[in-house]
Amino acid sequence: MNETKEKIMHGVFLLAAVTSIISLILIVVFIFTGGLPMMLDYGVFDFIFGTTWNQTTFGILPMIVGSILVTIGAIVLGVPIGVSTAIFMAEFCPPKLYSFLKPAVNLMAGIPSIVYGFFALRIIVPWIRNSFGGPGNSMLAAILLLGVMILPTIIALSESAIRSVPRSYYSGSIALGATQERSIFNVLVPAAKSGIFSSVVLGVGRAIGETMAVVMVAGNQPIMPRGLTQGVRTLTTNIVLEMAYASGQHREALIATGVVLFVFIMIINTTFLIVKSRGGES
Amino acid sequence: MSTQPKIKVENLKLWYGDFEALHGVDLDIYEKEVTAFIGPSGCGKSTFIKTLNRMNDLVENVKIEGTVELDGKDIYKKKTDLNLLRKKVGMVFQQPNPFPKSIYDNVAYGPRTHGIKKKSELDEIVEKSLRQAAIWDEVKDHLDRNALSISGGQQQRICIARALAVEPEVLLMDEPTSALDPISTAKIEELVAQLKNDYTIVMVTHNMQQASRVSDRTAFFLNGHIIETDTTRKIFTNPSEKETENYISGRFG
Repeated sequence: MNETKEKIMHGVFLLAAVTSIISLILIVVFIFTGGLPMMLDYGVFDFIFGTTWNQTTFGILPMIVGSILVTIGAIVLGVPIGVSTAIFMAEFCPPKLYSFLKPAVNLMAGIPSIVYGFFALRIIVPWIRNSFGGPGNSMLAAILLLGVMILPTIIALSESAIRSVPRSYYSGSIALGATQERSIFNVLVPAAKSGIFSSVVLGVGRAIGETMAVVMVAGNQPIMPRGLTQGVRTLTTNIVLEMAYASGQHREALIATGVVLFVFIMIINTTFLIVKSRGGES
Repeated sequence: MSTQPKIKVENLKLWYGDFEALHGVDLDIYEKEVTAFIGPSGCGKSTFIKTLNRMNDLVENVKIEGTVELDGKDIYKKKTDLNLLRKKVGMVFQQPNPFPKSIYDNVAYGPRTHGIKKKSELDEIVEKSLRQAAIWDEVKDHLDRNALSISGGQQQRICIARALAVEPEVLLMDEPTSALDPISTAKIEELVAQLKNDYTIVMVTHNMQQASRVSDRTAFFLNGHIIETDTTRKIFTNPSEKETENYISGRFG
């Protein structure tokens, strides 16, 4: 009786696992069969390195460059703030403040991206327009927005990385006459570096994949980015902007954009796995 | 044997929250001797050793009363420079705790902390400390290896070298061999016998044979009191107190 029950439960769990794997496989098959033929037909080189995008010409280099620049900007902005916040929360934060700060950071992670986008549209965009000129809807707006949006990911993962460093390292450093600051910055944080780096990699993934918030503030011109205060279009926004009315090769070109995005995400996740396994060794 | 104690503890009481772990301990620790603390688990000997370099400050809800004088100065006075105190009174922990850095960087950490930057000077200190900790020959060809990749016994000697590199006057060792195999234990005991020529050593040990082998003086702890303290020979051959005798002869603990 017990044995049958165990077998049934075994089957249920297996089914659950298989379902998620199958859905992943289906997604991969869908975007590759949908996008690859177009890329091969149009010319992979022309598609990836072409700088013109319109109803008939499909060069996505502007969007690749746009995604990369916006992501780099968000990382440059978000990582120092996020990691510093994590260090503060793990080591310096008074318990009373922590009991407020921790749920606040969790809440940040739960706010729908459209709300972030709306906030940026009403606050950041006009501020850029008034301070730096230009349309306001710009690469800078997207960078500021994404810099904030990746904070919860970076803070939560970095904090837990720092907290998981054995306390004995800290005592060891204090016992040598080191100050609290030195012990934290020269022993704890370096010991947590692989966890902190993973948080950065996940932040990159979040930034490059974000769509709805970015589309509201980025300007979205499908041309090579010309400056921080000028508009930019990313890979994700390229798809969402045109999918509704696209057909034929145009539609396939958008799916092929998804292929490129997918490859980026795979590179990021592979990096994440490598970093994690390296962290496990030491 | 010198007459002036290096460390003089008077009526030291310590509470963890409401729990009184030390009930007024008095003890003199003399220069360039090995003083061993023995006693059953939970008797307060580890707690006590941590009061000597104020590592208990890291524990929440600790309250301490009484005085601990190092060279005649109370280390529990408000204006005590804790970093300087811990430089003078080094510590080796029960579990080897090298940093996840290279062997070199582990040993150089203390001197760097106290402002030494010159490579040649650091090289010299690292070599000297590793030699003093009797591990130089084993690691000299791979100082850049991660200190966590060597054996537990070697790690503990790296930790001793790391503590020696800041040139402490007193070295506290909290059951330094309890996590080690017998061969590593023997090496560390030999090392302690060497080190007492230059340092004042205080050692908590669970192992009575170890206390009798390496120490000059022994303090017997029980339930947060020091029952008896005397020369190691006296404690192990002719203790004054009944409880000490019972413990030494293995009747409890």
